Amino acid sequence: MQLNKTLAIAALALGATAPSFAADPVKIGLVLPMSGPFAAYGKQIEHGVKLYLATHGDTFGGRKVELIVKDDSPGTSGDVSKRLAQELVVKDKVDILAGFGLTPSALAVAPVSAEAKIPMVVMNAATSIITTKSPYLVRTSHTLPQDTAPIATWAAKNNIKKVYTLVSDFGPGHDAETQFKKTFTAAGGEIVGEVRVPVKNPDFAPYLQKIKDTKPEAVFLFMPPGAETIAFMKGFADRGLAAAGIRIIATGDLTDEDVLDATGDPALGVYTSFHYSEVHKSPENKTYTDAYAKAYPKDRPNFMSVAGYDGMQLIAEVLKKTGGSTDAEKFIAAAKGMSWVSPRGKITIDPETRDIVQTVYIRKVEKVGGKLQNVEFDQIPDVKDPGKQ
Amino acid sequence: MTVLFDGVASGMLLFLISVGLSVTLGLMNFVNLAHGAFAMLGGYVCVLLLSRLSVPFLVTLPIVVVVCAGVGVVLERTLYRRLYGASHLDQVLFSIGLVFMSVSTAFYFFGAQQQPLQLPDYLRGQLPIPGVDIGVYRLFLIVLGLAIAAGLQWMLTRTRFGAELRAAVDNRRAARGLGINVDRVFSLAFALGSALAGLGGALGVETLGLDPEFAVKYIVYFLIVVAVGGSGNILGSLYASLIIGVTDVVGKYYLPQVGAFFIYAVMVVTLVFRPQGLFGRGAAK
Repeated sequence: MQLNKTLAIAALALGATAPSFAADPVKIGLVLPMSGPFAAYGKQIEHGVKLYLATHGDTFGGRKVELIVKDDSPGTSGDVSKRLAQELVVKDKVDILAGFGLTPSALAVAPVSAEAKIPMVVMNAATSIITTKSPYLVRTSHTLPQDTAPIATWAAKNNIKKVYTLVSDFGPGHDAETQFKKTFTAAGGEIVGEVRVPVKNPDFAPYLQKIKDTKPEAVFLFMPPGAETIAFMKGFADRGLAAAGIRIIATGDLTDEDVLDATGDPALGVYTSFHYSEVHKSPENKTYTDAYAKAYPKDRPNFMSVAGYDGMQLIAEVLKKTGGSTDAEKFIAAAKGMSWVSPRGKITIDPETRDIVQTVYIRKVEKVGGKLQNVEFDQIPDVKDPGKQ
Repeated sequence: MTVLFDGVASGMLLFLISVGLSVTLGLMNFVNLAHGAFAMLGGYVCVLLLSRLSVPFLVTLPIVVVVCAGVGVVLERTLYRRLYGASHLDQVLFSIGLVFMSVSTAFYFFGAQQQPLQLPDYLRGQLPIPGVDIGVYRLFLIVLGLAIAAGLQWMLTRTRFGAELRAAVDNRRAARGLGINVDRVFSLAFALGSALAGLGGALGVETLGLDPEFAVKYIVYFLIVVAVGGSGNILGSLYASLIIGVTDVVGKYYLPQVGAFFIYAVMVVTLVFRPQGLFGRGAAK
């Protein structure tokens, strides 16, 4: 009895010196599409977040981290995501909102973050304006213009003068088209044709034939990875466009590791610009891909998993800096300007926009050890989001 | 010319993935929205045999047919037969429920990613005919589609089974009174529909891709074909598919800005002027 009392007093005394919230876990509400057409997005991001916790422990700044995953399938209807985020804030009392596979989801939840003063970490959704929608929002993925501009610059520099653009007819597709045209024509290139195709398009034959008859030097492609991109590249090879000397240039989501195996050999020789490749050469990436292969032997790490991993890393570092506080003002102040070496290379959170600044690589699809890989051969360091300039 | 050929091939693909539905919906008068689920089953069987067991592509197709027919019979015996007499709304609710279950099941076993399908080399590439680029796989689809259309049409109009099926659909009681084993006929017809759905799915993977959403994603196309073609008519579905395929491809080639719209325009115009479909039998029921 006496011993128990002493212990209790000691515990109280210790408790008084440590911050009072230290005992509670930090609750992170992950809003991700875990089922439906974009289930692969949610899966990869969740893998990344969990991998960070598995390899770095789950206690930062004296507080244990607890994840609550909510499925906002299909990920494209903002009202679903918003309702889930509100539930997380009101019912589950989460301290941080994170995840967000697609733009509509992030845009709908940003006002919740702003009103409830909850820090929000965007781990994929890539439309430029998202970060302007809440003062407590940071992004650890990428923006579309950030990945698009470098391939336009690279193409113009490497004797590709005539380009045909083909994009999916939805928000991000329009963004990619606009940014590519802007950068490419400014660098002296010419757009010889452009088309916006329906997001769900079962047959690419007419578009491919039209491109073949127009004879550009390259096609700039933007489509969400999936059945459509695979069909396009297979058709591109089978219809002899590659043989006719037409090249495919694109942002790297086209040949992302998650879809590359399903695309198969027709993807060989596609040029892309992107911020992460499984075969990026660095010790950090080696550690990351090895750990990933061990934890998820059935999947391949891609840019979404890395964005999830880096998002969790950002939260961990911020918690260490604030001593475990998740107060939105303190959280964002600590996150601004933070810089570290991620599996993709050096990344920084821009102190002005709270968006990510990172190196964008120019890659070509090749076979490495029997596996299709995006092999990096050129890079543009510290690319800021051109959409906000 | 190339555009026209592509249109025909595109139409034939539509026909192949929809013909199973024109058997179950068109002939048996059952609103089977789970058609896509059978197509997806066919796709997965084909891809798994191909990638895990290295079975040659052409050999996977008969296996797909058998597996899907088998699953079709089991589901028909246990579930579908209870709803033959039910209202169309009940049938829709039931089969759409099956679709969602199939989506989750596929997701559970295979994950959300696209499944790779590598065609054998002899089905890839193009035939070098001057002036026209003929894709080998597209040619294969056209030939197979025509063969299936001819076979089905023959079976329905010239064989005893076809006659029994048509009789059973038109008037179950009278058919039964005449000594036709209606249950057996319906089981077989449903198995046939499922097998065709599976075959269409397997053939479609190359162009349409394959993931757990397959069952839902292309439902609109199946329904458009059957609606435009008119129910209860295999040749109707064939012509409808060809018209839609050619319009779609030609439209997208010459007017890419509005190309996606053509397929729906065809459907609307058809249904305005011929609500029973191009080759429908009117309000037979």
